[in-house]
Amino acid sequence: MTLRRLLGFAVLAVLFTAPAWAQNINAAGATFPYPIYSKWFDEYHKVYPNVQINYQSIGSGGGIRQLLDKTVDFGASDGPMSDDQLKQAGFKILHFPTVLGAAVPSYNLPGVTAELKFTPEALAGIFLGKVTKWNDPAIAGANPGVKLPADDIVVIHRSDGSGTTYIWTDYISKVSDDWKSKVGTNTSVNWPVGLGGKGNEGIAGLLKQTPDSIGYVELIYAIQNNLPYGSVKNAAGEFVKASLAGVSAAAAGAAKSMPDDFRVSITNAPGKGAYPISSFTWLLIPAQIQDAAKRDAIKDFLHWMLATGQQDCEPLAYAKLPKEVVAKEEKAIAMIQ
Amino acid sequence: MATVPTTVDAAGLSWGPRALLRRLRSGDEVARLITLIFALVVVLLTVLLVYQLWVNSAEARHRFGLSFLWNTTWDPVANRFGALTFVYGTLVTSALGLLIAVPLGLGAAIFLAELAPRRLSDNLTFLIDLLAAVPSVIYGLLGVFILVPIMRTEIQPALKRAFGFTPLFQGPVYGIGLLTAGLVLAVMIVPFIISVSREVLLAVPGDQREAALALGATRWEATWKAVVPYARTGIMGSVFLALARALGETMAVTMVIGNNPTISSSLFSPGYSIAAVLANEFSEATGNLYLSALIELGLVLFLLTFVLNGLARLLIVLTTARGSGVAQA
Repeated sequence: MTLRRLLGFAVLAVLFTAPAWAQNINAAGATFPYPIYSKWFDEYHKVYPNVQINYQSIGSGGGIRQLLDKTVDFGASDGPMSDDQLKQAGFKILHFPTVLGAAVPSYNLPGVTAELKFTPEALAGIFLGKVTKWNDPAIAGANPGVKLPADDIVVIHRSDGSGTTYIWTDYISKVSDDWKSKVGTNTSVNWPVGLGGKGNEGIAGLLKQTPDSIGYVELIYAIQNNLPYGSVKNAAGEFVKASLAGVSAAAAGAAKSMPDDFRVSITNAPGKGAYPISSFTWLLIPAQIQDAAKRDAIKDFLHWMLATGQQDCEPLAYAKLPKEVVAKEEKAIAMIQ
Repeated sequence: MATVPTTVDAAGLSWGPRALLRRLRSGDEVARLITLIFALVVVLLTVLLVYQLWVNSAEARHRFGLSFLWNTTWDPVANRFGALTFVYGTLVTSALGLLIAVPLGLGAAIFLAELAPRRLSDNLTFLIDLLAAVPSVIYGLLGVFILVPIMRTEIQPALKRAFGFTPLFQGPVYGIGLLTAGLVLAVMIVPFIISVSREVLLAVPGDQREAALALGATRWEATWKAVVPYARTGIMGSVFLALARALGETMAVTMVIGNNPTISSSLFSPGYSIAAVLANEFSEATGNLYLSALIELGLVLFLLTFVLNGLARLLIVLTTARGSGVAQA
């Protein structure tokens, strides 16, 4: 506790030494959206030079902790805060989706050039350690005409706590009761099988080096590094290869049943063309902000992010928010007081 | 600095105001106070560190008690935490590292200090000291991209063929795992052992060598029976410095160990070390109990280092008491 308080003082000290006319806003949290956040904050500063938003990409867990300790003005997280965490907070926290991410199954299977298709049952079975051979009917059934080897599957997962793991385990929890009761959903879980790699690059390295392996990486990472990845069967029964459009489609499919606090999981979303292993990432903003100038600056930024900022998504390979969600968020901004 | 001859030593200081003033003027007292403060700062840092670990791990300590030490489950979803698998991984990889690095490092140090020409020795030592300054992530990368493929395709299958009947070398071969982590650690700690041991060996008085040679010992006998035993305490010191580094190594280990908290008799199996799990999970840990359990892991690592260092000291005291007559006669 003392350490955190000290950190708080350090942040305060920095705040007080800044020029009086500049509105400094401090934020911390998720690493996954960091590239687009830093672009947004940078662009926003160019348009409104008196607002400076400093974002530390220390991870979702750290972002939530710092927000609860009030050492930052707002946080950011790849997973929504749980009811318990919100209750613990002692002040009201609002969730604002910003962009979308997805996790894709990537594999290294020597001799197989065809792109593999995965059913939810196959993915759950592999990661539970129940499907152990590549030619298991659970995999082979969805891939007619592909000659799969009889080799053991080497499962690879993230070893560091990560939003990608959250999306992946959230999806498997929805499609497999067995997984839900034994493992569950979190940024780190007690993996039944497999090797752990640190970060997307750690997974990619292990995949490349280990024949007969399968793992999951962020969609953006797979696109930027040309990693091969398979398609996944969605709730509508079609096999969808992850793409930015497919991820936005999943969000649009889930928008109808979107709760007012935006804390919603869109894995295994209904709708045609929806890629099932997708998720929002959120900004966590206190509902009450005492400092009027700071409050207005944050609200203005949110409006800008929903209108202008969304156009930055595609060049950076993030999936943008569907119209329905943007409209709903515009209304919700008024809740910040 | 002080040129005033004095017969008063630290044990028998006279504390009268005049005496104190005299000592202040001569500079002795100033130097004593300043160095005392420096020494206290180090002690204070250690105490603060333990205090913080202790206070911030309160929730996990109350919840799990001592069972934290032998529980093998680490489940952030169900909030059940135990440290044993990580303690096992830490101890096995560090022991493997030492097992390889100690003979290698000591042999190299003996060559450099006793047998090599001085110029060659100095140049080689310079290169070895450079090795100690390489960031650990570089060792990790080299491990992943060079050592791991060789381990998977060559070394591990060969070990399996030769020693597969023992439980140590069984099971699937991934390339990464406890053995690979131990090897990478060995490479990382060997420069410490060489560098410090060489200095210690060079500091052994020439009389020691000459006396042994005069008694008819060969050069090797003089080195092994007279010089090395004399330098034993210092050599042990280098080994414990290396051990401390191995216990706390994070990046390089997490890149090659497999990051899977299991306890398996096979050295091929993936494992997990305390430092690695801390680095991996700390930033995304949300729940209070989860965070507190991670901090308790840090406390366990500190205690582990403390106990091992204590044992090491004991070993030095015991062997010195028994062997000093032979070595220093």
